[in-house]
Amino acid sequence: MRMFAELNSILNTSPDSFKPGEFILVSDKHTDASFLIHHFLSFYLRAGCKVCFLGLVQSFSHYSAISQRLGVSLTQAREKGQLVFLEGLKESLGVLLQGEASKGTRAVDFLRDPSSGLRGLYDFVRDNVRGGGGGEEWGPPVLLVDDLSVVLSLGVSVGAALDFSHYCRATVCSKLQGSMVMLVRCEEEEEEEESDEGSERLLRGLIHQCSLTLQVQGLPTGYCRDIHGQVEVCWRGQCDGQQTQKKLFQYKVHDKGASFFARGTSSAVL
Amino acid sequence: MAAPRRSVGKPTSDRLPCNTTSFQKKSRSKLVSIPGTRPSVQNGQLIVSTGVTSLDYVIGGGLAVGTLLLIEEDRYDSYSRMLLKYFLAEGVVCGHELYVASALDHCNDILQELPAPILDDIASPKTVEDQAKSCDPESQEAMKIAWRYQHLPKVQTALASSSRFGHYYDVSKTMDPEICQAARCHGFYLPEHSTAVTSPTTTGPMSETYSSLLNNLQEVIHREGFDGSVPQTKSRNILRIGLHSLGSALWGDDLCCRENPSHGRALTTFLYGLRAMLRSSLSVAVVTVPSHLIQVRVCAVH
Repeated sequence: MRMFAELNSILNTSPDSFKPGEFILVSDKHTDASFLIHHFLSFYLRAGCKVCFLGLVQSFSHYSAISQRLGVSLTQAREKGQLVFLEGLKESLGVLLQGEASKGTRAVDFLRDPSSGLRGLYDFVRDNVRGGGGGEEWGPPVLLVDDLSVVLSLGVSVGAALDFSHYCRATVCSKLQGSMVMLVRCEEEEEEEESDEGSERLLRGLIHQCSLTLQVQGLPTGYCRDIHGQVEVCWRGQCDGQQTQKKLFQYKVHDKGASFFARGTSSAVL
Repeated sequence: MAAPRRSVGKPTSDRLPCNTTSFQKKSRSKLVSIPGTRPSVQNGQLIVSTGVTSLDYVIGGGLAVGTLLLIEEDRYDSYSRMLLKYFLAEGVVCGHELYVASALDHCNDILQELPAPILDDIASPKTVEDQAKSCDPESQEAMKIAWRYQHLPKVQTALASSSRFGHYYDVSKTMDPEICQAARCHGFYLPEHSTAVTSPTTTGPMSETYSSLLNNLQEVIHREGFDGSVPQTKSRNILRIGLHSLGSALWGDDLCCRENPSHGRALTTFLYGLRAMLRSSLSVAVVTVPSHLIQVRVCAVH
C-alpha cells in the first residue's frame, strides 16, 4: 500500500475515494513514464473498478509480472471479469502475417487500413467498458491506454487518434462517469519548422481534452542514479471557473513503486 | 562476474570439455538453463551477450531475450556491420541458432566473415614423449612448489572457455569453418525471395518485402519450436536474429530515398510486428538501420 503513497497524496486520491469522470493524461519525453500506467492499473483494480486496458506495446505477461510486484494479480482479475485486456501485439501479429485473411478482433483494424482510423478500437472499448451482465457488480468503468502514440507510427493520422480519445471520453467519462488514463510518448524535439504530423501535435490536442496531466521528463542534465526525472502535475481548470494549477516534483522509480519529492529534496542530496 | 559453471553445451568436434575446477554451481531454479544465457542481476530477466563485452556492460549486463537492439548505421556501415558480426559470432560460440537476413549479402558470405573467437587452447591428450619434447628446458624438471598440478595439461591462453558469458574475438582472423558449420543458420537473402512474393493484396502499411521477411521469420520460429510449439523433446535454445540494413533501398523501401516516401510507416510497422514475435518466442534480434539516409522525420517505435 505504501508503494505510490506520495503520488496518491499529491493527487489527493486513494482507491477508496477518487473523483469520477477524470481524464488523466500521462506524457513523457526522454524517459519512460510507463511506471505511472502500472500504478494506475493496480490503483483502479484495487478500487474495484471495471478496467479496460489497451496494452498496445507490451505483452500481457509483462504487465502481469510488474503488477504482481505491486500486489495485484492481473490473471485473477481477468478471470473474474474485472479486467478486459487487449493484447495489441498478439492481435496485430495475426493481422500483419495473414493480411486480409486474418480473422482477428476488429480492434486492430487500423493495421489493415490505417486511413480508416481507430473506429474498430473505439467499438472494442465501448463494448467492454460497461459492467458485466452476470456475476459481480464492479465500480465505475476505467479505460487505460498504453500507449496512444504508437498508432502514429503504424500509419494512423493524428486527427484519427484525437477523434478516438474524444469518443472514448464522451462515453467513459461523461456518459458512464468513469475515468480514463492515456499514455502518450513524445520524441526529441529539435527546432523543427513544421510539426504537422507527430506526437507533439497529438499531445497538444490531448492536453485540451483532459482534466489532469502528468508530464514526465528526464532530467535535462542527464542521467542520475537517485533522481530519475521530474513530473509536472497540472490540474486543468474546468469550465466552472477553476484555475489551472501546476506543481513540479522529482521522482525515483523503485522495484515496488516510485517515490516523489519536491525538487532538490531527494534523500540522496539531503 | 560469471561464476565458473559446468559446461552444459554440446561438445563440438574440435573442443574437449575442460574442467580445471571441480566447483559446480548449485542450480536453484528448476528451469532448464540454456547455454549462453544467464539471468540479469538487475531484474532477473534472461539475457544473452551481444558479443562485445563492453557493450554488454553499457546496456546493463546483456541483451534480454525477447527484445530487439536497434543500431543506427555509421556512414559506410563499417562499425554497425562489425557489431552484427560479433552478435552472430557470439551465437555460434554459444551454440545458439542463427537467422540472418540481408538484401546485400548471402547468409553464407556473412558467416564466413565472422571474427575468430579466442578460446582456451585446450591441450589435446598428447603422449608423454610429445609433452616432454615441446616443453621448455626449464619446465622439464618436476614442479617443486605447485607439484599437485603437474599432471594437468598446459593451457596456452588464460582467456575464457566456451561456457562463459561473453567472449573475446580476434578481428584479424575469421572464424574456423568447422566451428561455423557446427552452428545452425537460417538465411533470408532477399534476391532469392523476391520472386516468391506474389501476394496481390498488400498487408496494410507494410510493404511486400517486409511482409515476406516477417512471414519467413515466423515460419522458422514456429518450425524450430522457439515459440514453444514443439513439445520439449529437445533442449531449449535461443534464436539470434540479425537483420541487416533494414530501411535501405535494397529492401525496396524508399524511406531513405525520398522526402515523402510512399510507405512511410512500412519499417515501423515491421518493427512492431517483429516486437510482437520476439515477445512470444525465445529469440533476440539485432537490427541495423541506415538512419543517416532518412530525410523525413519518422515517428520512433519505442
